[in-house]
Amino acid sequence: MTAIPLGVPRRLVEFTLDGQEARVPEGSTILDACRAAGKDVPTLCEGDTLTPKNACRVCVVDVEGARTLAPACSRRAEPGMVVRTDTERARHSRKVVLELLASSVDLSTTPSVAQWIKEYEAKPDRFGPDAARVDEEPRVDNDLYVRDYGKCILCYKCVDACGDQWQNSFAISVSGRGFAARISVEHDGPLTDSACVYCGNCIEVCPTGALSFKSEFDMRAAGTWDEERQSETTTVCAYCGVGCNLTLHVQDNEIVKVTSPHDNPVTHGNLCIKGRFGYQHVQNRD
Amino acid sequence: MDLRFGDSKPTDEERAAVDALLGPPTSSWEGADRSDADLRWARGGREARDRRDQLLPALHALNDRVGWISEGALDYVCRRLTVPPAEAYGVATFYAMFSVRPRPATVLHVCTDLACTAGGASELCAAVEARLGPESGVQVERSPCLGLCERAPATLAIRAGESARLGVPPPGEFEDEAVRADSEGPGAAAPGDGTGKGRRGRTTLRATAVCAPATPDTAVRTATAPESAPTEPAPALAVPQTGAPDLTLLKRIGTVDPASLDDYRAHGGYTALRRAFELGPAAVIREVTDAGLVGRGGAAFPTGRKWQATAAQPDHPHYLVCNADESEPGTFKDRVLMEGDPYALVEAMTIAAYATGAHRGHLYLRGEYPRALARLTHAIEQARTRGLLGDDVLGQGYAFDIEIRRGAGAYICGEETALFNSIEGYRGEPRSKPPFPVEKGLFGRPTVENNVETLVNVLPILTMGAEAYAAIGTPTSTGPKLFCVSGTVARPGVYELPFGATLGELLTLAGVRDNLRAVLLGGAAGGFVRPDELDIPLTFEGTREAGTTLGSGVVMAFDDTVPLPRLLLRIAEFFRDESCGQCVPCRVGTVRQEEALHRIADRTGADAAGDITLLREVGRAMRDASICGLGQTAWNAVESAIDRLGAYE
Repeated sequence: MTAIPLGVPRRLVEFTLDGQEARVPEGSTILDACRAAGKDVPTLCEGDTLTPKNACRVCVVDVEGARTLAPACSRRAEPGMVVRTDTERARHSRKVVLELLASSVDLSTTPSVAQWIKEYEAKPDRFGPDAARVDEEPRVDNDLYVRDYGKCILCYKCVDACGDQWQNSFAISVSGRGFAARISVEHDGPLTDSACVYCGNCIEVCPTGALSFKSEFDMRAAGTWDEERQSETTTVCAYCGVGCNLTLHVQDNEIVKVTSPHDNPVTHGNLCIKGRFGYQHVQNRD
Repeated sequence: MDLRFGDSKPTDEERAAVDALLGPPTSSWEGADRSDADLRWARGGREARDRRDQLLPALHALNDRVGWISEGALDYVCRRLTVPPAEAYGVATFYAMFSVRPRPATVLHVCTDLACTAGGASELCAAVEARLGPESGVQVERSPCLGLCERAPATLAIRAGESARLGVPPPGEFEDEAVRADSEGPGAAAPGDGTGKGRRGRTTLRATAVCAPATPDTAVRTATAPESAPTEPAPALAVPQTGAPDLTLLKRIGTVDPASLDDYRAHGGYTALRRAFELGPAAVIREVTDAGLVGRGGAAFPTGRKWQATAAQPDHPHYLVCNADESEPGTFKDRVLMEGDPYALVEAMTIAAYATGAHRGHLYLRGEYPRALARLTHAIEQARTRGLLGDDVLGQGYAFDIEIRRGAGAYICGEETALFNSIEGYRGEPRSKPPFPVEKGLFGRPTVENNVETLVNVLPILTMGAEAYAAIGTPTSTGPKLFCVSGTVARPGVYELPFGATLGELLTLAGVRDNLRAVLLGGAAGGFVRPDELDIPLTFEGTREAGTTLGSGVVMAFDDTVPLPRLLLRIAEFFRDESCGQCVPCRVGTVRQEEALHRIADRTGADAAGDITLLREVGRAMRDASICGLGQTAWNAVESAIDRLGAYE
């Protein structure tokens, strides 16, 4: 979450990170400390605006004395802790987790993952051609967004964003269990029959593109989606007086999607249905 | 919270089932008819939201009455409890015993887990399905371990229907009847009239019946008419040592009437609680600590330290949770304790709560144990009537009461934090630790959680004193220990031995047969040992030294007629089935493990080598990176079979 510079100064926690002395404010996670020290630890389910669920386990690190590895995104730094981010054990787990994920879902629209797969020498193919995958048709049941379970890694970010962390709509949850667990609305019905208010904040936080704008989905299907050709302009939403920031993604002089800057201290990337989806009038040039 | 409910309405029967649990709704906001007063007033706020923990009982109420959970029924529950429908749907689909699709009122669970597979479960299942046919109105489901391993193969029939309220059984009743009618009502253990019609004429009564060991005949009979199922054998028959003079934990089983509080007291019951009140909470914890008691659920954490840490928490209230979600394949000791000596658990929970400053105890009991549920429900009611639970326990001014929570078919809910989520009405997914339960447990409060066997050990500690108790066993593994012996042995059952006896001694007691091929120690999450390793001492340190684990006390023997690869596949299938799906190493890793084992099911040597390497790498990541013990141990048994038994050589 974006830091708002208020409140009393926090005490510093001193611990050892990869053999170096690290000092971080009390309450910081190991990941915070890693980032402050300029270390690159891969993360998928961690998000800057939400409390991490630590479900993906790609950010695991070695904590001396612990029986298992610890998720850097959630484990808070404790005084005297000895943490190593790059042991063979941690690298092995990250590699296998990347293989497990990439062999079961489509990570083609997940940023950074291809680079990590290369870095950790992960070989998702080695589970064979018959390895179970989440191969489901994308669910298109409304004009605003698409749910593509074939890309979902169950990071729980959309659940948290829709629930008590942001939107308080509680329209999505996880149903089933094990490999059959799926992000789902009530009774696994279409989005239009659910409690969804179409704020699109779940799309905003989705790390893999499993939730996407219908506009983006259609353009990808047509082969016309090209981020290289897109420009981003951050402006202020004109609908009401709150003053949320909008980032308009424009390709070929058409708005193709709308996001919101996560470092905005008021909205943290959240928008409502109008700000997120109500841009057609801008390009109505008749 | 902005809740939106769908348009589907519950049927009268569904509404009645939920209202029987929650009481009638008071306003149209939660499902009552609209009235003038409603327009200006609605129940709400914290009072409404704080009832979320009734979600699991409400789902049970529907499942018990109707057999499945419809959209309208689920929405009605959500209105009543102010729970978002999407979350309730996530909870309802989490548990194996619930269905959100229509299904017949009767479901027959046929156990296909390790002991039952070794006992011919596949053939039983096929025969039962063939005889019942599609028109029988019975749904046959292959089930994970039903905890009846000593009587393999086992089945459990559950028929939905109206609850019977047949009255309290007469005191002193000591017949060992099957639990035939509503196991939650006060007359839970009372036999019906045998017709299944009850007093309500044409109404079908809800019934649950265990049939084990099952033949195709008895299983079909149990499925089609649970109320007239063959009588379940007495719990004492699961204790081959019954009557032996040196028993501590099992001494009352078979000699005490589990339905009689007076009989329990006549057999020394409630002396430990009296001693606890004499000592005071701090001294009770000291006794437990000095006795060296460690948790018997598998983790072997020092109980005294856990109690002390909880007692010392400034945050209140403190909670006590008894983990009776015994779902580890091969484990049935807690069931036998609860069925044969239920008051012992009630007394032990009272002591634990007193020591740790808790006034409310939750007994989380797995949903597959109808007789234990009936016995404990009865025992708790009797204790309450006699002032041994309630506002003033034993006239000491100390308030404590116990609530039973029924699980609904999820092994993961035996994990301590998943159990909290389950009680609170969330999906039974484990939480990250830290914070640990002693600090933030049930409802975010300091909580002490112990399993049944651990708690029952507190009684002898207080009656014989810490020193005498610690003299049993070895210096580091103190006290008596229960072992669940099953598989290919002559006398399967629960055995009590002091720590330090060897595996061979235990198996000799149980009558191990010739041609022993392997012994599974500690259940599906434990490991296999070879027949030439029977001198392993049954202690925590001894098994650790031998590179294996005591786990929950499972000892499953397999002779050379049991196909090892098939067992390993069953173990892999179990973990794949029971993974909650929260973290990637476990959710996908258990699937990849099962796939690899399928590929090498009938291969050895070089043909299997590649997949064994794969298994090792995935297994290592699961052990290192999974959130909870399920994923961390899912590879243990298979690894030990490869390393110690040479399973695919």
